[in-house]
Amino acid sequence: MDLALKPEHKAFADDVRAFARANLSPATKAKTFSGKHYDKDDHIQWQKALGRQGWLAYTWPKKYGGPGWDVTQRFLFENVLAEEGAPRIIPFGPKMVGPVIYTFGSDEQKERFLPGIRSSEVSWCQGYSEPGAGSDLASLRTKAVREGDHYIVNGQKTWTSFAHWGDWIFCLVRTSPEAKAQEGISFLLIDMKTPGVTVRPIVMLDGAHHVNDVFLDNVKVPVANRIGKEGEGWTCAKFLLANERLGIAEVPSSKRGVRSLRDIARAEPANGATLADDPAFTAQIADLDLQVQALEMSELRALSTMALGGAPGPEVSSLKIRGSEIQQRITELTMEAVGEYAAPYQPGMLFQDTNETPVGPDHAPPAAPRYFNFRKTSIYGGSNEIQKNIVSKMVLGL
Amino acid sequence: MDLSLSDEQKQLQDAAERFVRDKYAFENRRKIAATEKGWLTENWAQMAELGWLGMAFSEEDGGYGGGPIETMIVMEQFGKGLVLEPFLPTVVLGGGMIAKAGSKAQKEALLPPMIEGKKQFAFAWLERQSRYNLADVSLKATKEGNGWSLSGHKGVVYNAPSADHIIVLARTSGSAREEKGLTLFVVDAKAKGITRRDYPTQDALRASELTFDKVSVGADAVLGKVDDAFGVVEDAVDHAIVALCAEATGCMDAINAATLEYIKTRKQFGVPIGKFQVLQHRMVDCFTNAQEARSMTLMASLKIDDKDSVVRRKAASGAKVQIGKSGKFCGQSAVQMHGGMGVTDELSVSHYFKRLTMIDLMFGNQQHHLTRYSNLAMAA
Ligand SMILES: Cc1cc2nc3c(=O)[nH]c(=O)nc-3n(C[C@H](O)[C@H](O)[C@H](O)COP(=O)(O)OP(=O)(O)OC[C@H]3O[C@@H](n4cnc5c(N)ncnc54)[C@H](O)[C@@H]3O)c2cc1C
Ligand SMILES: Cc1cc2nc3c(=O)[nH]c(=O)nc-3n(C[C@H](O)[C@H](O)[C@H](O)COP(=O)(O)OP(=O)(O)OC[C@H]3O[C@@H](n4cnc5c(N)ncnc54)[C@H](O)[C@@H]3O)c2cc1C
Repeated sequence: MDLALKPEHKAFADDVRAFARANLSPATKAKTFSGKHYDKDDHIQWQKALGRQGWLAYTWPKKYGGPGWDVTQRFLFENVLAEEGAPRIIPFGPKMVGPVIYTFGSDEQKERFLPGIRSSEVSWCQGYSEPGAGSDLASLRTKAVREGDHYIVNGQKTWTSFAHWGDWIFCLVRTSPEAKAQEGISFLLIDMKTPGVTVRPIVMLDGAHHVNDVFLDNVKVPVANRIGKEGEGWTCAKFLLANERLGIAEVPSSKRGVRSLRDIARAEPANGATLADDPAFTAQIADLDLQVQALEMSELRALSTMALGGAPGPEVSSLKIRGSEIQQRITELTMEAVGEYAAPYQPGMLFQDTNETPVGPDHAPPAAPRYFNFRKTSIYGGSNEIQKNIVSKMVLGL
Repeated sequence: MDLSLSDEQKQLQDAAERFVRDKYAFENRRKIAATEKGWLTENWAQMAELGWLGMAFSEEDGGYGGGPIETMIVMEQFGKGLVLEPFLPTVVLGGGMIAKAGSKAQKEALLPPMIEGKKQFAFAWLERQSRYNLADVSLKATKEGNGWSLSGHKGVVYNAPSADHIIVLARTSGSAREEKGLTLFVVDAKAKGITRRDYPTQDALRASELTFDKVSVGADAVLGKVDDAFGVVEDAVDHAIVALCAEATGCMDAINAATLEYIKTRKQFGVPIGKFQVLQHRMVDCFTNAQEARSMTLMASLKIDDKDSVVRRKAASGAKVQIGKSGKFCGQSAVQMHGGMGVTDELSVSHYFKRLTMIDLMFGNQQHHLTRYSNLAMAA
């Protein structure tokens, strides 16, 4: 056992850093550090650059066009990119549907879909949740009725992140209304340009638009777009959710968050000195810092199990729970560091490239909106209550 | 001891409840928030007519002889409706300081029109570096003939866009952060030399950054004694804190009620989600938190006019700590128990959550008041 990096891993980290510095647009990077929202171009240009390098699908095995990295390389890659201010990779293609396709899809499907995911030519979104099926995902009602070599799909998906940017959506649909909840579900890939697909924005509490309703009205989907056998969609769904929960811990960006919180404390005036001179405040940052370390080490332990061939087990739910709480706490403390200057609402400074100047310090405009927005992290990807149910049932046997 | 409301106080509570029901249905509130000035003249006129703008002032000052309990009663209802009219800056802070420190002439000129709904105030104390220290003031007032000249910056001044007069806390002597050497001025909001940058706040109120460039005022603009404003300001802010606590209590009641209703009706896994024990217990904790908040607010309202300034200050800080803690717990829990719906703009929960969050940041957050309370308690 050894925490220190081997020389070849140091060289690897240097390569990743050099790549990020050469390829990440300064405007995108600035948005990361100022807490502004990215637009589609910020994400796609960066992802295409990663794709050209063969690094977008960085968790994939070589066989499917991934770099075949070991656990340490993945860890370094994620950390260096976060340090350099890269936007997070939108997970729906490379982290979610890609692995589902190469694990459960036919050769033909692999050939057809994997290249577009690896290159970021094609953007994906996730159509799982429905108005009546959130935590109880298996109660989903979107119906797919077989007609010859097509399915006719009717229903509504909701909370669909980035559906307004998506070219394709992967959906869980009910193909057999008679079967028991989980058994009648199939996994379908739907081209968003198909007639009958309508996307409607949902405005969040901070004024942001990332999520959408997606209405499916007599949408004709070729049977060839089904991954796995009919009625076996739940297996794909579960496989994907376990992957989703691992990435959702967001350790590298939380490390960046703690660093920037310390910078803000150093910049914020307080009683003739700065907030960094207030031990009551800095102790709260230290507490967070230690929580991040515990989380990171737990994630590394989980990854090293996976490296030995194990699948991510139900214990990754614990990582999702703590990861989301930590992200929320960072935004909370950041807002408290800003104090009364968190009150001015300047949407122009969050969403657009404007010449508007901040009312308070530069770091103030996103502080409160991020705190509000990050309440989502304990809700999406399976709420923390559901994660705790999973741990208590699957890990503790309760 | 008697903790029950008098008949008049019950009537006041009923009237405030009715006002909120009639004027502040959630979709109405959304419309009011979207208007340019962010509140309605007709609502303000109605508050004047109902006597609310004068209830906490003595009859001598043209008011109706009530006090902090009356303020608590209406603020609590305002919290339930997320009312947007500028009651706190105008009546509690502005009116409060004028009644406390004003000359006979100032009171006569300012209080009756305020009580009639014809004049509004804003209180400019915060500066970029102040954080929660009321004495960290550097905007300078220097003698100029018989009067004064004001130069400097004030930030996050609530209701400045609508105010007729700005009550400005300025440094007339002493060094940075010294309590001695601060003076209050009542300044015409349209005075030459004031520049305003207006903006909405996270919780749909209106505020401004104000720059004072050699703003000339007469000697009669001084409110209270020169160099000696700190006590008046601290007391006014403590009164405002207690009023805010009452508002927060109303917000918590409303957000808890909405959440309770939601978990009784939203079904997952074939049952209302309120059947899951983890949500039941969280809901119970929300109600307990709101109870504690109500208790500390009532206690502070009863003590805030105490003769002993230490009692007053401890009461305000103690209540603010509780409101910070309870508000955060109820707000975060309500959002969580609503699932995805909780983080949308569509439902009222997120709007209560935002207001509760901003209340914690106003006039010192939980941590600040814990320290202040602790220092006062250790000194005793
Ligand atoms: C910002 C955001 C982005 C999202 N992106 C996507 C996306 O791209 N694609 C997609 O398919 N979905 C997405 N989702 C949906 C997300 O997965 C759901 O919101 C989540 O599963 C919760 O479902 P719900 O909102 O219906 O809440 P509900 O299931 O109604 O839950 C409400 C509350 O009840 C609790 N609860 C429910 N069941 C239980 C139980 N058995 N025991 C204890 N407590 C329980 C929950 O924990 C929660 O607190 C997103 C959501 C958000 C907020
Ligand atoms: C110091 C002491 C003095 C006492 N004095 C008296 C007395 O004078 N007279 C008398 O009659 N009894 C007395 N008791 C007994 C006391 O009332 C019981 O201990 C108590 O009711 C819990 O029962 P239990 O110890 O069997 O624990 P259990 O009922 O077995 O509970 C164990 C744990 O499970 C939890 N739990 C149980 N059911 C649920 C549920 N439905 N949902 C969630 N959690 C649950 C409990 O909260 C607890 O954490 C006393 C106990 C103590 C420790």
